[in-house]
Amino acid sequence: MAEKSHGTGAHTGADGGHGGGFPPFESSTFASQLVSLVIAFVALYVIVSRIALPRVESVIDARQNAIEGDLAAAQKLKDESDAALKAYEAELASARSRAQAIGNETREKLNAAAEAERKTLEDQLATKLAAAEKQIAATREAAMSNVRGIAADAAGAIVQRLTGVLPDKKTVSKAVDASLKG
Amino acid sequence: MKIDPIHQFNIEPLFTIGHIGNQTIAFTNSSLYMFLSVAVISLLMIGGMAGRQLVPGRLQSIAEISYEFVASTIRSTAGAEGMKFFPLIFSLFMFICISNLIGIIPYTFTVSSHIIVTAALAFLVFFTVLIYGIYKNGFKFFKIFVPSGVPIYILPLVMFIEILSFFLRPVSHSVRLFANMLAGHIALKVFAGFVAMLGVSLGAVGWIGGVLPLALTVALTALELLVAFLQAYVFAILTCIYLNDAIHPGH
Repeated sequence: MAEKSHGTGAHTGADGGHGGGFPPFESSTFASQLVSLVIAFVALYVIVSRIALPRVESVIDARQNAIEGDLAAAQKLKDESDAALKAYEAELASARSRAQAIGNETREKLNAAAEAERKTLEDQLATKLAAAEKQIAATREAAMSNVRGIAADAAGAIVQRLTGVLPDKKTVSKAVDASLKG
Repeated sequence: MKIDPIHQFNIEPLFTIGHIGNQTIAFTNSSLYMFLSVAVISLLMIGGMAGRQLVPGRLQSIAEISYEFVASTIRSTAGAEGMKFFPLIFSLFMFICISNLIGIIPYTFTVSSHIIVTAALAFLVFFTVLIYGIYKNGFKFFKIFVPSGVPIYILPLVMFIEILSFFLRPVSHSVRLFANMLAGHIALKVFAGFVAMLGVSLGAVGWIGGVLPLALTVALTALELLVAFLQAYVFAILTCIYLNDAIHPGH
């Protein structure tokens, strides 16, 4: 191995001897390299297969599981929120229909009440009107009979003044009646 | 100022571990970078995942992305059964990728620029395929040499080609990675060397002229970053394709 250091000293592009030649083909170094390679590679294989790869695998698996779990949880929550939305919509629809029903009922009740009140009011008015009409008729009758009396008296007085004879009361009232009718 | 683009591939023994036969086994700069790569990968994959956060931070993201990247590569090329070899392919991919990326840093050493390392990894894959294929499928594993639907008179030729290509797999598998890393680093060193060489030999004009090779060095470094990752990916995906033969013989 000692003669190898001459490579930097002497300018020897083409080395003559087999010993100081091209390093990768120097068979004297093969055994050392092979022993080191075997030790290093076996150590690497053991480290990789016993420690490194199982560790990486477990981390990747854990991540995969976490992602799947999260996705499943998200799906579950989405389903729950969908169900909640559906329930809310159903509730809203039923509430709306109930509100409509209550509104209709109230309106009908109020309409009926208003109608009844109107009817009683009308009835009252009708009776009052009838009573008033009756009274008017009675008053007119009375007034008419009064007018007839006065007219008969006036007619009797007029005839007496004109003729000087007090006419028969019956004839006068008959004549008054005839003129009132006519 | 001399350019020595080969110097960066020198193996320097740091201290001696022991002897096998008459071979001295030394802890070299290559060993240092191998263990450094293992340490960086461990730090990334274990330290990065220490938080175990649901929303990953930067380091955890890198660790998870490399996991997912290798896993999806295996699933798409070797099917779900290929996941049995996930630790092996992940180790191969990360080891090559990280050691290549470390190797781009100036003054460091690139582990996969040595054919012995890439060949060892390629033969590891080759024998894994061969042994698992025969263990799982028995004699039926050899159906990969006999493509169905081939006329009988050219079958011997096709079988010969199939067998040859099967046994040449470790060669192409290892040389591809080795040659890419070697060539890339030599090119980088040569262009970077031009900058200094021009400056030293031509003075001020040379330093100005050196802008061009400097720009090329920057561009090449970007390319090498891509190659470092791409070669690791190619190595891993070829491993998957070869393992697919072992899992599902008879294409």
